Amino acid sequence: MATIVVHVMPKPEILDPQGKAVGAALPRLGFDQFAGVRQGKRFELTVDGEVTDEVLAKAREAAETMLSNPVIEDVVSVAIEEN
Amino acid sequence: MTARIGVVTFPGTLDDRDAARAVRLAGAEPVSLFHAEPDLKDVDAIVLPGGFSYGDYLRAGAISRFSPITEKIVDAANGGMPVLGICNGFQVLTEVHLLPGSMIKNEHLHFICRDQTLRVENADTDWTREYEAGQDIIVPLKNQDGQYVADEHTLDELEAEGRVAFRYVGWNPNGSRRDIAGITNARGNVVGLMPHPEHAVERGFGPDSTEDGRAGTDGLTFFTSAISSLLANP
Repeated sequence: MATIVVHVMPKPEILDPQGKAVGAALPRLGFDQFAGVRQGKRFELTVDGEVTDEVLAKAREAAETMLSNPVIEDVVSVAIEEN
Repeated sequence: MTARIGVVTFPGTLDDRDAARAVRLAGAEPVSLFHAEPDLKDVDAIVLPGGFSYGDYLRAGAISRFSPITEKIVDAANGGMPVLGICNGFQVLTEVHLLPGSMIKNEHLHFICRDQTLRVENADTDWTREYEAGQDIIVPLKNQDGQYVADEHTLDELEAEGRVAFRYVGWNPNGSRRDIAGITNARGNVVGLMPHPEHAVERGFGPDSTEDGRAGTDGLTFFTSAISSLLANP
């Protein structure tokens, strides 16, 4: 079984309220080394058998059309994860 | 002829019964439509009510896009049928690309529930024709993912074409771009907004008004507007 990992992030020009809230909370716990936080999503698509070029292309299509909304998000990467 | 207005129920829809009640109080016949049945039951107009369809999983409104009934709704809307999306229904309309832009989490991250003043910017749509342009109305607002966003080009286009249907007045409750509370498509038959007109249709159950507590019924005009649109364009 193989896994395709898709990372989706809010577009840079879109304010990320969740990331901002996490960023504001970190210093309260003593984590004051970080200038900012942005929060995204990770999807793990498991595949029975081999990840062919066709399967990978379908994963990219799913990432662009369903897993992300291009109005507010970017697909950062679609990659096969080696076990 | 009594107009038949469909009210769609997705898994996780909350306000379908209130929307049906609003339809009935306005003088039309509410017709329940179910997400799993691709049958519009000969309705003349459709309301996509608020709630948390599919638990807001992935993105608010994102999974409802793939419900069997949604394709039928999109075809009907493209054919000119009046379609109103309220709150989660508005999010669904953006996910199916009937309306541009999207909603993200409120800027301050708080869930907001309040009586909200809106300005009716466009009184020529199927759902606003009985208002007057520039009129202020008060309807409840309750959401967490209510911040309307779109790129600057889209926002300029919406403004230039008069497609901003409603704007927040007094206070922008969620950080929406240009105080936008609701928009319409170019044809004026598809309208979406975050606040809830269906909760302001009956004395005793609406927002506070200057007249009396809970007496606000400003939202009823959405539904009477749709009925008069259907009579004007049978």
